[in-house]
Amino acid sequence: MTAEEPLLQATNLHTWFELRQWGFLRVGSVRAVDGVNFELGRGESVAFVGESGCGKSSLARTLLGLHKPTHGDVIFEGEHLSELKGEARRQYLARVGYVQQDPFGALPPFMDVRRLLSEPLIIHGVTDRDERERRIRKVLEEVRLTQVDEILPKFPHMLSGGQQQRVVIARALLLEPAMLIADEPVSMLDASVRVEILNLLRRIQQERELTLAFITHDLSTVRHYADRIFVMYAGRVVEQAPVERLLDNPQHPYTCALLAAIADVDADNALEERAVPDGEPPSLLHPPEGCRFHPRCPQAMAGLCDRQDPPLFEPEAGHYSACWLQDPERG
Amino acid sequence: MNRWMQGLRELKGYPSAVGGLGIILFLVALSVYTVITIPYSEALDRWRGGEHWQMHPVNAGPVWADRLLGGNLPQTRVVESENAEVREAPFEGGKQVRIPLTFEYDNEGFPSELNLFLNQKGTQQEAFVRLTWHTPSGEAIPLGGQRVSEESRISISQNRALEGRLGMVPHVGLFAGDSDPADPEAERGEYRLTIDAMLFDPTAELEADLAVYGRVHGLAGTDYQRRDLMLALMWGTPVALAFGLLAAVGTTITTLVIAATGVWFRGWVDALIQRLTEVNMILPMLPILVMVGTLYSTSIWLMLGVVIALGIFSAGIKTYRAMLLPIREAPYIEAARAYGAGNARIILRYMIPRILPVLIPTFVTLIPTFVFLEASLAVLGLGDPQLPTWGKVLNDAQEQSALYNGFYYWVVAPAVLLMLTGLGFAMFGFALDRVFNPRLRTQ
Amino acid sequence: MTDAREPLLQVRNLQLHYRTRRGTARAVDGVDLDVGRNEALVVLGESGSGKSSLAKALMRLLPRNLARFSGGVTLGGDDLMAMDDEHFRREVQWNRVSMVMQAAMNALNPVVRVGEQVAEPLRVHRGWSKDAAMERVVETFATVGVSRDFVTRYPFELSGGMRQRVVLAMALVTEPDLVILDEPTSALDVLTQASIMNVLKRIKREQGTSFILITHDVATSSELADRVALMYAGQIVEQSDARDFFHDPAHPYSKLLMDSVPRLHQSEPPGYIPGEPPDLIEPPTGCRFADRCPSRFGRCSEDPPAFELDGDRRVRCWLHEEGTDHDG
Repeated sequence: MTAEEPLLQATNLHTWFELRQWGFLRVGSVRAVDGVNFELGRGESVAFVGESGCGKSSLARTLLGLHKPTHGDVIFEGEHLSELKGEARRQYLARVGYVQQDPFGALPPFMDVRRLLSEPLIIHGVTDRDERERRIRKVLEEVRLTQVDEILPKFPHMLSGGQQQRVVIARALLLEPAMLIADEPVSMLDASVRVEILNLLRRIQQERELTLAFITHDLSTVRHYADRIFVMYAGRVVEQAPVERLLDNPQHPYTCALLAAIADVDADNALEERAVPDGEPPSLLHPPEGCRFHPRCPQAMAGLCDRQDPPLFEPEAGHYSACWLQDPERG
Repeated sequence: MNRWMQGLRELKGYPSAVGGLGIILFLVALSVYTVITIPYSEALDRWRGGEHWQMHPVNAGPVWADRLLGGNLPQTRVVESENAEVREAPFEGGKQVRIPLTFEYDNEGFPSELNLFLNQKGTQQEAFVRLTWHTPSGEAIPLGGQRVSEESRISISQNRALEGRLGMVPHVGLFAGDSDPADPEAERGEYRLTIDAMLFDPTAELEADLAVYGRVHGLAGTDYQRRDLMLALMWGTPVALAFGLLAAVGTTITTLVIAATGVWFRGWVDALIQRLTEVNMILPMLPILVMVGTLYSTSIWLMLGVVIALGIFSAGIKTYRAMLLPIREAPYIEAARAYGAGNARIILRYMIPRILPVLIPTFVTLIPTFVFLEASLAVLGLGDPQLPTWGKVLNDAQEQSALYNGFYYWVVAPAVLLMLTGLGFAMFGFALDRVFNPRLRTQ
Repeated sequence: MTDAREPLLQVRNLQLHYRTRRGTARAVDGVDLDVGRNEALVVLGESGSGKSSLAKALMRLLPRNLARFSGGVTLGGDDLMAMDDEHFRREVQWNRVSMVMQAAMNALNPVVRVGEQVAEPLRVHRGWSKDAAMERVVETFATVGVSRDFVTRYPFELSGGMRQRVVLAMALVTEPDLVILDEPTSALDVLTQASIMNVLKRIKREQGTSFILITHDVATSSELADRVALMYAGQIVEQSDARDFFHDPAHPYSKLLMDSVPRLHQSEPPGYIPGEPPDLIEPPTGCRFADRCPSRFGRCSEDPPAFELDGDRRVRCWLHEEGTDHDG
């Protein structure tokens, strides 16, 4: 992190979804994002890691302005997202690019590549056809789809998965964003292409000095592509640290469990069972009191973890963990 | 668009598509030809009936049907005085004119009617004419005499006195020769009608046209008002196609846009659209159309408007909604929102095009249902009062008890055209469905 | 370690082709496989390599547009290819070989209680009474780690992980000799994945079941694998012992693939394989990987046979031609 003003700041961000019956009776709220604070610096690559249902995708959508935060706010380049209206909001959308999980689904199947890449430009008022063509060709080169003339008239289903994802990335870059949000950008791709796409994202991020928020469930891919990691559980960030420190010296029991569950390829893996915490992530409709991980935590302390929500402790500089085990006052 | 071209290319592999498209193209070509050769106003004018048709027989069948069955029934022929050897003999204060109208008759059966049209020009004075009928066997039958003014029609068939003398209706009796009156047979050979006229003005001219009406006429026959049914059958085509196409386009597009709007905005918008649809679904369309037709106007364009208006909130909304709901959640729509696409753009550019290929076949098969609807209305007597349409022809036929009287062609021709339309669009539509609806593919 | 045993499943020159609009797709094109008793064979491959078609061919779940299905398959000495469909369906499917299909957890019947769905193979194929079947279902649920209360639940009341366990129970309830798992964990979270793999390990250890695990995920595959078969464009390019494969892959494609696997504790970034896999409809003549292979040479324009290497290893690559000489 740098000392200068952060590009994006999430302050006490909550995104709850109201559950209604018959369209109007309020039954409760699904607390998808439930009190998240962080700052993302310019040119930084961060990873949000967690299981499905931990709120990482809802967080991404909130940052993209697709969901309205229930409480708290996102401050981007000094402006409050919730106060942006009309043209200012559109300008914001242009400043944040979005790369989705399913590259085929992310491209309108009835538009050819030229058409679908023109769309964002048309929406953002680039009326000159030649200007659009020039910008489209430029980003396609940037994502290494070098046979531009071959690619432009193709429909998404004629492209391979890797090419589709490159087109998605190109589309995210068209409007010259300051930040890119990539939601599981490689989980639907073949192993052999994944690394290629991740390298591409990383290179573009560094060349353009973008802020890259990269959402994944797979800790093993994170090391080379992110500077910092946020581990999320049940709508909250439970641990955050620079990538090396988090992977080599995890603090939160949930992070430890995640890391223990991942196999580095080895034939011995087949010989023994892995330690996996019992149970499943809690319901976001009725999250448990206290620490949200305590029902599954092997180190849970009765009377503390099931009563009080742990704040973020800082066991080492720049490494935060929301666990009572890291409470310096506990000794 | 590439996908459409590919789909069209695939269609060639389906015989039903080729057949259906052939029928549709034939109907379209017929429409274009009709509209060019018989302009709209002229068609309306002619269909109103009257003088235009006076040289046409009443209720004649199509020629080809008779010839196909080996018959040789007479067609209408008109013998004109222009081609006759007219002899004139002037006298003081006028002239005497003899016009022999000669024709060969070698058909089976008898003509359906005999009319003589006289036209005296150049004077206000009434002329006096005497008619004599000469049969091939040399018999001369006087048909009596009468005064004629400028333009007059002498209806020989209606001559009661003559009928009494011959013992048969004149257009049979005059042709029967010596045959048995109980089972008369036409005598073949040269007939002549001699017109001896006294004109009481030396400058006057007399023109005479003898119409020997046939029993068969043209490709489609004629109706009870002597109108050539071909006119209605031909003009029915563009009317039916236009009605079907406009109604299908109107209902499909509005329904689609409304369904997509409801799906996109959800909440009360969707709920309102759903409730309106449900109410509209239980409203019966035909009785409403009958009511509008009876109480207000039966103009085909008003009917079209009502059909579209009732079709807007039709059951199609439910189907389209079901198809659009998953599309609403498609990642590419989320992406579009993330780069700032507005609501209208998402609905029109992102949601609707996604289901269009699946709708094309439905759309094609929808066209004939509206064609049939229009025909049904016309059969029920709610057809457009002026336009000749297939349904109107059927309606006339029904009113004149066509089938009871043996005028099968009057019913069969419009019915066949209606069925052909249905068949063509259905064959084409089902083939399209296979191409554009992957679930129905056999491979 | 499998040398001495007689293999449970032997597959020889299996072909599964199907017709498409563009031509015949050779999804499985001459596959040889052996699976020993109590052995887990992992079939690795990218999407479109024909690995799922291989599984379906083994279960005889053939597509309607089948163009060719041939080769030799024996299970415990019985010639499966000689059986007619009815016989195969009654004697083999579910009874001796069962399968967990890709995304099967989303294919559970939403209106039937999961217990009844799991009991179905017993009731249909074995004609068991309802009570006996249910008792067995409860036992199987215990093996896969599903509480017995869930027997009367409907699929939508279960989490993804639980549904996957239920599907697994369905495959295990008839106690088959061989279970084919097609991407059993690909849609699941890391922790759920790990616990499902734990269940599979336990079943293999305690019940002696054999597995064919079909996956694209090298890391997950190492959790169960005794042997690994790597598929590329409808063919098996390498088949080796898991230890050899993971630590010293022989085929250039295996090497690149292993190099592309991200590792948690590794300082170099992983590599990747440039290019795209070939079309199954008109596969290139010669070695199918040649276009993307960094060590291709003249010989690669000919189709390489599977060379036998030390340690029961078969590699389809001309680089290992001399390996045959060493061996024999």
